[in-house]
Amino acid sequence: MSTVRARAAGVTSHRLFWPLVVLVLLLVANAVYRPSFLSIELKNGHLYGSLIDIVRLSAPLILVALGMSLVIATGGIDLSVGAVAAVAGAVACLYISEQPDQNSLGVVLTAVALGFGVALLLGAWNGILVAGIGIQPIIATLILMVAGRGLAQLIAEGQIITINSGPYKVIGVGHLLTLPFAIVIALAVTLLVAVLTRRTALGMIIESVGGNAEASRLAGIRSRRITFLVYVVSAACAAIAGFMMTANVSSADGNAVGLWVELDAILAVVIGGTALAGGRFYLGGTVVGALLIQTLTTSVYAMNIDPQTSLLFKAVVVIVVCLIQAPAFRARFRRRRSVPVTPVEPVGTEKEQVPA
Amino acid sequence: MTTTPLAARPGRAWWRVPPRHVPVLATAALLLVMYSIGVAQYQAFSNIQVVFNVFIDNGFLLVVAVGMTFVILTGGIDLSVGSVVAMTAMVSASLLGNGLHPALVLVIALLLGPILGFAMGCVIHFFDIQPFIVTLAGMFFARGVCTWISTTSIPITDGFWTSAAQHRIHLGENFVSVGALIAVAVVAVAAAVLAYTRLGRNVYAIGGNQQSALLMGLPVGRTKIAVYTISGLCSAIGGILLSFYTLSGAPLIAVGMELDVIAAVVIGGTLLTGGSGYVFGTLLGVLVLSIIQTLITFDGTLNSWWTKIVIGGLLFVFILLQRLVGIRTK
Repeated sequence: MSTVRARAAGVTSHRLFWPLVVLVLLLVANAVYRPSFLSIELKNGHLYGSLIDIVRLSAPLILVALGMSLVIATGGIDLSVGAVAAVAGAVACLYISEQPDQNSLGVVLTAVALGFGVALLLGAWNGILVAGIGIQPIIATLILMVAGRGLAQLIAEGQIITINSGPYKVIGVGHLLTLPFAIVIALAVTLLVAVLTRRTALGMIIESVGGNAEASRLAGIRSRRITFLVYVVSAACAAIAGFMMTANVSSADGNAVGLWVELDAILAVVIGGTALAGGRFYLGGTVVGALLIQTLTTSVYAMNIDPQTSLLFKAVVVIVVCLIQAPAFRARFRRRRSVPVTPVEPVGTEKEQVPA
Repeated sequence: MTTTPLAARPGRAWWRVPPRHVPVLATAALLLVMYSIGVAQYQAFSNIQVVFNVFIDNGFLLVVAVGMTFVILTGGIDLSVGSVVAMTAMVSASLLGNGLHPALVLVIALLLGPILGFAMGCVIHFFDIQPFIVTLAGMFFARGVCTWISTTSIPITDGFWTSAAQHRIHLGENFVSVGALIAVAVVAVAAAVLAYTRLGRNVYAIGGNQQSALLMGLPVGRTKIAVYTISGLCSAIGGILLSFYTLSGAPLIAVGMELDVIAAVVIGGTLLTGGSGYVFGTLLGVLVLSIIQTLITFDGTLNSWWTKIVIGGLLFVFILLQRLVGIRTK
């Protein structure tokens, strides 16, 4: 009996337990509301279904959140990802729109390379401000968050650039090996980042810089170089997300691309169990967090609730997940462990609903 | 506090500016330069009404920035301000539409913001969750309430509101609106609270070093909850002023306003790490932002996105300046 209880306590205290429970609850709610929700079918060699859609739509968020995890692991934060995504998308679309043959693969590859290059420059700018000059990350990236939107509009001259390019569109809505191409890209980048950080010492070095940059430097780690690097990686991830978002709609709108994606990404990271204080990061948790946020958005659409009101649900879910994970909150309720689940959730909800 | 009083430093010339005043003075200098450029370039700019218009058009921004100054001084941040402004305007518009008495509407609208702020402050303090995340949830929540009330704009036709919106208080040949006067009054009250009350001292102490403040026996928790409540109150007042200004409540109004507000506070010389800054600086920061907009409007050939790029550039310059004067080397 006691071992069962101990094992149960071990499971519930795992950092991914509550996010996964919420995710499963959302999926179950969807399945109950619309039984066809869980079905996946194969049409013309491509997989279709609501679940596939959710993963496809969350691909940009997963990418941005991956970069964000690394930045947050060093104790920083990157507010500029949305603006970087907009700039990268605008640069790529502008180049494509100016070419006579928009369907040539070479043109699209050059465009993507250009957008990627600009994003790397922006990331390097953030990195220099934070690692070189030593400005607080939240302000350093705030500069680009404000100015980047202006830059994206400047590149597009205030217009929405529309393109008609087959190969570029593939990034957003194409398929590869039955899976949507966006999922493949997100999966590939996730695996790449995971292998690079968890199969080498890099991940631990990043965490040590987040734990204490000065101590890491004294221990022989080039703290500044690592800090610089994570901002560049974050910008690179944001650029790929920007390509996906613009390819999805075959147009680049400097104002709308990646709007508020930085907030969603930070939420995904935090829901995944990475603390904003830095020193630890969990890529798996981040992916779960991103999926959770996208599932929430999609469920709200699917259940015919006004999409704008989805923000209310988001607020409640965010605060509930964060509260459940907060050590202070857990400690407060540890004494009443006899009924562990039920008293926890209503308190979080009530707190937020007071002003309504 | 980080700096000892002037008098305690022998050998310091009277004209030496204490380092903590440098950012505010730099902002003031910038403001003067920008205003002079405007006056030199455009004849109509010298009209004193241009200055009054800045207060009329940005009164709500000023009030919200004052609340944000309190939060940032303690080392926190409040991302919910823009949504709370919209929520307040939206709630007042919808209640007035239902025929409620304006005085009652005013009370309800002014209570909502502080209640949300109080709740966020409690979560931040008691459960030790980062202000960034909590106020982000608050931002989603308030914006959700807006769209839950209505997805379209609600016009305000109430007599009290329209008279408050249209009433002009004449000063010589020029005039200001009721909203502008309220904004100036809020600045004055906030400056007095920060400079002369126990709460103000506590705010600076917590921003300087929370641990020390706690060990000194200062009420850290109460003060932290208080600043988020104050920020909520300021956002609510800002929302009322905005509804005076636009005579409507729109669910998507003031989106992204929190960025302008944070930018204004930073340009005004307040450190985002907390502990150093003035409400007066925030006033100057808001004026700088609005003069940029006025200049770009006067020019006519520059597009609106230049505003964002210029604000970004200014943010950069001021943050660099803060580093150079080395108020804090963290």
